[in-house]
Amino acid sequence: MAEFTLPKNSVVGKGKTVKAEGATNTKAFSVYRWNPDDGENPRMDTFEVDMDSCGPMVLDALIKIKDEMDSTVTFRRSCREGVCGSCAMNIDGKNGLACTTAIEDVKGDVSITPLPHQEVVKDLVPDLTNFYAQYASIKPWLETQSPTPSKERLQSPEDRKKLDGLYECILCACCSTSCPSYWWNGDKYLGPAVLLQAYRWLVDSRDENTGERLDNLEDPFRLYRCHTIMNCSNACPKGLNPAKAIAETKKMMVERKG
Amino acid sequence: MSDMNTPLSKVRGLGSGKTGTETFISHRIQAVANIPLVIFFIVSFVGNAGKSHAEWIAWIKQPIVSVLLILFILNFTNHMRTGLQEVVEDYVHGHGNKWAATLAIRFSCALIAGLSVFSILRIAFGG
Repeated sequence: MAEFTLPKNSVVGKGKTVKAEGATNTKAFSVYRWNPDDGENPRMDTFEVDMDSCGPMVLDALIKIKDEMDSTVTFRRSCREGVCGSCAMNIDGKNGLACTTAIEDVKGDVSITPLPHQEVVKDLVPDLTNFYAQYASIKPWLETQSPTPSKERLQSPEDRKKLDGLYECILCACCSTSCPSYWWNGDKYLGPAVLLQAYRWLVDSRDENTGERLDNLEDPFRLYRCHTIMNCSNACPKGLNPAKAIAETKKMMVERKG
Repeated sequence: MSDMNTPLSKVRGLGSGKTGTETFISHRIQAVANIPLVIFFIVSFVGNAGKSHAEWIAWIKQPIVSVLLILFILNFTNHMRTGLQEVVEDYVHGHGNKWAATLAIRFSCALIAGLSVFSILRIAFGG
């Protein structure tokens, strides 16, 4: 059965509080902590950050916490401008990128936990091995049957336009890990991010394996676990609409039935 | 040692089930058919509320009413079966549990449909 309660060793406890010495303008960040090496349950540590010397984004605060308050706080980050997708996490109950989420948009204390329903590697770092394998399974590259042309493969501006709203996906996994269907059946359901990517190749006019791609998706779990809950479109930090891509894929499935 | 399988091997698993679209289409056709049938069912039953047993029997005996009631029961129980099956696929994990739940759903929906249709036919063709 689907699990609706946390196992005993995953119940989150209250952790330490670290104050900002001498600061007058502070904001509290409650950060999920779990270390696989100490055998302890996860806990929420509170860091009171001096906002007078902190950048505007949640990632700025996390970096400040790591630099100045607790160097063991673990999280992924890279580009700090919403391009790489590394710093995806759950901020104030909503999945998003720490680098593009403004601290001032969060009322009260800022609660930060890893992306939901993924195994945790450490602190805010989720294990996305299954997510990346699912991405590989849809063969995210151009597949053709025709002999390789001597020049580039042409695409009309109209056909290129069909990829807008799809190619921008940065595979941060915010959408997939916000999806209840993915929580309960993430081992078999591909999830919104991977299905959006699958659709990106289904509508690419240069691809010649559309039928095979649809064959691969035609499955009660891989595609049809989507129940149009729409959390994915709500969560996407890039403003994309995975639910629409999935609906369009279902339309293609129906269309080819004749 | 299935844990030594690569992540891609686990995701690819036994391959695509090559099914799902028929279920998707039929679920929507059932839903569309349910709109007039449920409206007929509710309006008729509210309209007949308070009538005597003899008047109810006379109403059901009308051919058009009998046919619509039978269509309603068949479509409704079929829709219920596919809907509950989705719930099982969502939440019930494990081969044994899934099959037990599937059989329970199929048999109970068939039983409800059979008993209901028989009751309507008995009234329709009864003395």
